Parts: sequence; C-alpha cells; structure tokens
Amino acid sequence: MIDSNYNFAFLDERTKKRIRRALLKAVAVPGYQVPFGSREMPFAYGWGTGGVQITASIIGRADVLKVIDQGADDTTNAVNIRRFFALTTGVKTTEKTAEATLIQTRHRIPELPLTASQILIYQVPLPEPLTKLEPSRQETIKMHALSEYGLMHVRLYEDIAQLGAITRAYDYPVMVNERYLMSPSPIPKFDNPKMHMNPALQLFGAGREKRLYAIPPYTPVRSLDFEDHPFEIQRWDHACALCGSVDSYLDEMIVDDEGSRLFVCSDSDYCEERRDAGHVGGQQAVHLHDALATPVINSTTTLQEAA
Amino acid sequence: MYVAVKGGAAAIESSWRLLEDQRRGDTAMAALTVAQIQEQLSLAVDRVMSEGSLYDPELAALAIKQSSGDLVEAIFLLRAYRTTLPRLGYALPLDTARIALLRRISATFKEVPGGQMLGPTYDYTQRLLDFTLLVEGEHRDASAPSSNPSNKLSEAGIAVHRGPLPTVPRINDLLAREGLLETPQPEMVAPPGDLTRDPLMFPADRALRLQALARGDEGWLLAMGYSTQRGYANSHPFAGEIRRGFVSVALVPDELGFEIDIGDLEITECQMINQFSGSREVPPQFTQGYGLAFGGSERKTMAMALVDRSLRADELGETRTAPAQDAEFVLSHADNVEASGFVQHLKLPHYVDFQAELELVRKLRTSHAMAKKENT
Repeated sequence: MIDSNYNFAFLDERTKKRIRRALLKAVAVPGYQVPFGSREMPFAYGWGTGGVQITASIIGRADVLKVIDQGADDTTNAVNIRRFFALTTGVKTTEKTAEATLIQTRHRIPELPLTASQILIYQVPLPEPLTKLEPSRQETIKMHALSEYGLMHVRLYEDIAQLGAITRAYDYPVMVNERYLMSPSPIPKFDNPKMHMNPALQLFGAGREKRLYAIPPYTPVRSLDFEDHPFEIQRWDHACALCGSVDSYLDEMIVDDEGSRLFVCSDSDYCEERRDAGHVGGQQAVHLHDALATPVINSTTTLQEAA
Repeated sequence: MYVAVKGGAAAIESSWRLLEDQRRGDTAMAALTVAQIQEQLSLAVDRVMSEGSLYDPELAALAIKQSSGDLVEAIFLLRAYRTTLPRLGYALPLDTARIALLRRISATFKEVPGGQMLGPTYDYTQRLLDFTLLVEGEHRDASAPSSNPSNKLSEAGIAVHRGPLPTVPRINDLLAREGLLETPQPEMVAPPGDLTRDPLMFPADRALRLQALARGDEGWLLAMGYSTQRGYANSHPFAGEIRRGFVSVALVPDELGFEIDIGDLEITECQMINQFSGSREVPPQFTQGYGLAFGGSERKTMAMALVDRSLRADELGETRTAPAQDAEFVLSHADNVEASGFVQHLKLPHYVDFQAELELVRKLRTSHAMAKKENT
C-alpha cells in the first residue's frame, strides 16, 4: 500500500533532481565530498538521513530494495527504513543480496560480491576523514584541495610507535583513485578491500553533515598503510556457529551468565544462504580467556587462609 | 540449536502502541485539545515555531501534543513537515518599525519616542507558585500579578488586521542618524543565501549566520551568549531595545509585480548595543547585535543578539579568543534537531564496530601480555 499523501519516495522531484546532480558530480570526482542541500527527513539525523535521501533520489519503480544495518535485514532501523520506502514507493523489497538492485547499508558491505547492476548506498555519520585531526571544515577543505594528508600518516605512525599497531578497527581511511582521502563510513576494516575495483556503484550520503560522495565502478581504493606495517583485516579463531563460515565477518554474542560467547555471521542473508545450501556450524558457544586476566582464585580457600 | 534474534518489526509496532499510551496518560482524564495547547502553552508554541522554522501555531501545538511536551521532538516533527511544503517565494524584509506593540522596552534611554510599554512579562512577578492555579476552572484574581491577559493579546493581533500598523521608530535608527551607531550594510553582490536550500559553508556571511541563529537551540544560544558576558569574548552589551508585537508580511509575486500583504506575524526583536572603541579607520562608535524570533521569545532573541555580535569579530577587526566568536563552532552545533539526532543515534546497534574494537583490544592485550612475559 502506497501513502498517496506524499510524492513517490517522499522527496519532491526538484529536490531529487538536485541530489542526483550532486551525485553526478560525486561520481565524476571519486572520493570528493560534494556539499548538497540536505533536507530534513522524517528520520532523526544520524539515523540514515543521507542514505535515505540518495535512495529516494535514485529509486525507480522497477528497483528491488534491500536495507541492512550491521549486516542484518531485521535490525530495527533497517526495518524502519525499508518500511518507509515500501510505504512511499511501493517497490519490491528483499532480504536477498543477489536479488537487490539497490542496497542501503549502515556499517557493512555484504559478503556476497556485488555486480555491475547493483548500487550500494552507505549511510555516513561523519564524512570528513580528517575530522578527528582537524575539526574545522574550512581547514579540511583546503587540506583536500592540496592533497595534504601528512597529518593522517603521522597519526597512523604514532599509533604504531605507541601501541605497535594501527588502532583504527573501523572507519579505516582509504585513498580513492590515488587522489582523495575518504572515510569509508564506519564499516569494519574487514570490508575495506571489497571497495577496491568493485563492479557496483558505491554512493555515500551524510545528511546531517550535508555531503555526498561516490566510488564509481572499478575504482582503485587503497587502505592507508606502511611498507613495514601492511594493512590487514580482522581474523577470528572461530567459525560461524550457525553456518560454519570461516571467512565472513562475525558478530559476538554473550549467551550465558558465565560469559560464554557465540560467534555468528553479521551478514544474516549470507549466513542463511549458506545454511540453505547445507553448511552447518558447530552450534557451540566458546569461552574466551583474556590474555591479561589474573587467574581465578578459589575464594573459599582464600577466606580459610585468612581465618 | 541457537537461533539469531529476530523480530525488529514486531518490536517496533509494540513500541508505537506503548508510546501512544504514554502520550495519552490516564484515559479517565479529559484529553488535551490542540486549541488548549495553542492558547495556554503559547510560549512553548512560539519556541517550537521559531526553532521549527515554520509559523503555524496550530501545527506547532499539534506537534507539542504528539510529542508529550518534548519540545525538541516537537521541533523535529514540525521541521519534517516543513520540508515537504512547496516554496512559493521570498517575502520582503519585515519592517519591524511598523508594529502593533504588545511590549517594548529600552534599557538605554529612560524616555524614547513611542514610549516604553511593559506588556506581559515574568520580570516583575514574585516567582511564587500560584496555588490558585492548582484548582480546576477559572479563579482569577484581577489584582494578582500572575493574571495573564492572553485573550487581550490575540485581540490586539486581530485589531492589526483592521487598521494600518502604527509606526514606532527603532531606537537604533535614532542612534544611527547621529553616527553614534554603526550601520552594517549587507554585501548586495547576490541575494542572501538560503540555509534550508544550500548547506552552510564557512566562512558564512551575516545573513546566513542570522538564519542559523534564528533556528538555533535556545539553550545553546543562551549558554553561548552568557559566556560572552563572563569574559569569554568581551561584548559590553546594552539592551538597546526589545519589542514584541505583530508585524505584517508582504510579498511581491512574480505574476503581479507589486507588493501584497499576506498576513501578520507575532515576533520578538532584540537590538543589542555594544561598546566599540574604534580603529584607525573607524571612529569610536557603538556596534550592534541582532536577534529575532517568532512569538514571545525574549530570552532567545537576547541571547541571539549577544551571539550575533560576538560572531562579528572578524568583520570588526577583533581578535578571536573565545568559543562564542568562532562561527564554525557556534553554528555547526546550534541546531537541536541535528544535535539531538546525532547524540541519540548512539542508541542504534553498533555491534559491528564494537566487535572490530573488541578484536583490536584483545590483540593489543595479547601482545602486551607477551611483552610482559619476555621482560620477566
């Protein structure tokens, strides 16, 4: 059922046109943040307004939409956004990555490789990769114009010098087309390599910060690193407890009072497809030991000794 | 066999129902009407209209009802509605000298042309809880300071419609005539920008800064303005004039080519006058800060005027030393719809990012433990 009080996909056609124009510019200059006249949406800022505006501007009646948050289709905010588009466009929605033509995402890139006929739309909270090093926009715009990214390299170097490793686990900075430093949005660095030479068009929307940017298909995307400290992604000692996958990004759940952990795929569609294909995981929760934890002392003994 | 938790959709639907229960409260009590809110919580309505950037008392009252009195949420509702409205055109600048006054005071001159008019204000009430209001129904004591002539206010508004607006000269204009007060002129290279159509970029000119301040959060502006009084930027302000009343809005439609009056607005305007010792080029004179908001919004407009003045530091050749002089800092954080959304987005799941951090911290702890072992 479509809500006929609003235009198709909520935004008026002029606004959509303005956003599409900004998107064209973004595609023409990969990784460059294009300022755009972000509108107030019936979603709170920080809850996907940028991604929603992009989706609303490019969605057509023939599209099939998938919305994920943390890799899953059934997280509350993903449900809410999907319902919004179902109500305002009436387009078909899906949970299957392979079926979707548009995928709006928060914090993940699907495990299944994307194709040239798909568009991935990222919700971006803080589009400026330099923001934690230089809070002023007026300054960072200049730094991008001059490709002045030394500050970021120094920051990564300091991480290594002080802690032995680069301590960015998500929102790990990338160079797009060897020109613009870009925030990949808070995806885990595990997903960074998927952006490189991806056949799908990748669009990024930051509603509150009023910026759009893009990675056109088959664009080189390099995660920053050093020759002696090459970029690496997260690895787990465990497989997915449900589907047995050893190469997907895992979510950790605490399943009992003892603190046992269950690891399962964060990409719910990927996990389900594997299970349907007959893969089975260990169904086991595991107990983790912290490297620095003090060994457990038997409290009764200690009390008796004290007495 | 473990099954991942599902049911986001069902949870959302239950949450809507609970929210509706929370909004309605005890059903044994009569429901509040939108008209009651509009009439009896009028200052809340004014704030929601100002920060919601939409002059519509009825819809603002509806938003307050729907949000159970959470004004920032009400402002958000009004903004989300406003964004769907077509843009008919831009009104002519308001002439606030032509005004049906409800209140007008100057702290700089004892007598002013047009006179001082106290009007409705909390300033000289005793701030004692009026327990007679606890009793249902009308128990008005005409002599009590709390009696609020709210009906008379709307009558004054209606009177405006019938006759031409009286002219009450602005004190700033009188001072400017003698050259004692600077008269900043907009750089008319282009029509003023529109914050709601294009993103705010820095440096922002005064027109854009004032737009951002007008829809800015009252609490934020109050704190920022207050900081300038406490030495974080020195402003030496005087409340040159505060006026509240009804002014008319005029528009020149493209099809007609002449001015038509499209209605009245209730506004509060504040002109702050600030000391300025002058520079090599400019003789000593007073400078100004400006505040304007819908309805009775005196606190907001006074704070806005203080912040407007402090943000003019560059223009007046002052060194920027305080947060309230940094336009990017002040204006990027002034919008409560943006701020509230982003602060509260931390409620959304961050499992994936947190997992990434967990993996990292565990790895760092393992290498820390190994380094410790090697050292012992």
